[in-house]
Amino acid sequence: MKNEFQVIADLIEKDRKVLDVGCADGTLMKFLKDNKNINIRGLEISKEKVQECIAKGLTVIEGNAEKDLKQFPDKSFDYVVLSQTLQAFLNPELVLDELLRVGKKAIVTIPNFGYWKVRFHLLFKGTMPITKTLPDEWYNTPNLHMCTIKDFFHFVKSKDIKIFKSLALNNLNSSIINESNLGVKNLFADLGIFLIEK
Amino acid sequence: MNTEKNIKTLIVKKPLKLDCGKTIKDFPIAYETYGSLNSKKDNAILVFHALTGDQFVTGINPVTNKEGWWSYAVGPDKAIDTNKYFVICSNVIGGCMGSYGPSHKDPDQKIFGTNFPVITINDMVNAQYNLLDHFGIDKLFSITGGSMGGMQVLQFISNFPDKSKTVIPIATTSSHSAQNIAFNELGRQAITADSNWKEGNYTSNDTNPGKGLAVARMAAHITYLSKKGLQEKFGRKLQEREDLKFGFDADFQIESYLRYQGSVFVDRFDANSYLYITRAMDYFDLAKQFEGNLSEAFINTKAKFFIISFTSDWLYPTQENKDIVIALNSIGADVGFVEIESDKGHDSFLLDVPDFLSALKNFLDKSYEEN
Repeated sequence: MKNEFQVIADLIEKDRKVLDVGCADGTLMKFLKDNKNINIRGLEISKEKVQECIAKGLTVIEGNAEKDLKQFPDKSFDYVVLSQTLQAFLNPELVLDELLRVGKKAIVTIPNFGYWKVRFHLLFKGTMPITKTLPDEWYNTPNLHMCTIKDFFHFVKSKDIKIFKSLALNNLNSSIINESNLGVKNLFADLGIFLIEK
Repeated sequence: MNTEKNIKTLIVKKPLKLDCGKTIKDFPIAYETYGSLNSKKDNAILVFHALTGDQFVTGINPVTNKEGWWSYAVGPDKAIDTNKYFVICSNVIGGCMGSYGPSHKDPDQKIFGTNFPVITINDMVNAQYNLLDHFGIDKLFSITGGSMGGMQVLQFISNFPDKSKTVIPIATTSSHSAQNIAFNELGRQAITADSNWKEGNYTSNDTNPGKGLAVARMAAHITYLSKKGLQEKFGRKLQEREDLKFGFDADFQIESYLRYQGSVFVDRFDANSYLYITRAMDYFDLAKQFEGNLSEAFINTKAKFFIISFTSDWLYPTQENKDIVIALNSIGADVGFVEIESDKGHDSFLLDVPDFLSALKNFLDKSYEEN
């Protein structure tokens, strides 16, 4: 399991009710269910991935987060997880609002466009950056709204969303992000992980 | 219809009050089982059949000598694995494969015909509930069925919220749509317009409204398929001829196919049963039973739901299945949902659709492991 999922799992206490939005093949769901006794649900748009989840015995709903989150009542989950998907929505702000409506807390991770390798790629090669967390070409990437850790940090603050914890992830190392080290973390982390609440 | 050998029957002694206000008692429910009930009695699956199905789910149907209607899904090592699970299915009341229906005799030994009480999906599941007592099963492992079978699944768990661990409605709806009522009405009109129907008393008049019933089946059969499926299978291919004959014989293969479907149906199905069962479907509106709030139907159950629809099913489209998912999610129920890609239309659930069968198998087997 990738390190990102380990960090997410560490943010969630045992026996909670969790919705994994864009749960893909259910790797994180399975880990949370088996290791933390989490009452876990998934929402996934890909039929193939939904089948993989069912094969793992996971409760998953085939659907589109931009349309299908509205069926869940307010604060019906302790946590709602959105891993590296926010940037792929047509309207990320709306999805973020929905995550915070449905979940008491939300855990959102974003691939950091401010990561130094991304900046170097664009600066020196002059082509759209391709990294481990951004593996696609410009013409086939699902990503529509790339942002940096700094962008997201400021965006969340401007919406009066409370940040409980923000973590910078670089390979295997995770570290706390705060106002004072934001510039540095924005340069050296390829992934940002935010635990938020509204 | 009068082939009573090979039909297992439970006589329900307890009176059953029907939605129409009448009460029936000492009535037969014809059923069949597959696999064996384990000592803990926790491996039973109650399967509900659709409009023209019966209790003979799989293997050779001893009455028609044809494959059971859900042979692709049910059997040893299949999606509903009879090596593992004990499958029970019964003929709905109103039906014509041994359960109490319009071809039975009333207390005065006269064939009911249209004097049989109008029954509902609710009546059907209340009648079938007696099978649990009969087998000494406190809680089923699962209930499942497609189309009208799915309606019974929804009604059953609403009526008996703690009687099944898992619930699998397939290609169904919680409320019969105007379009579906319209198609059923077309079928009923075809039957009653047949002069051999004799106001439902065809048996005592020694006639059979076979032509009307065949037309009803032909019309319905079209609704079970998709446009793409029909086009790919038949296109404009001609039936055993080089060119058009400039007449009204079956020039096209699709015509010949439909005529055949109509004619074989007449041999195995009772016209009055067709009236009664389609009426039960039309009357089905689960939300209405709860003042318009479908979620209320499921508020008392802790069962795990898994809902399945098919992309090309325009009779019970994905949205109608999703409405059930939405009602369940809004009360925090445990519900999974998948829409299976298939161009086989509503009939997909009866056919060899590997993604469907594997999803069904995985859901059942994984849920059973967690038991």
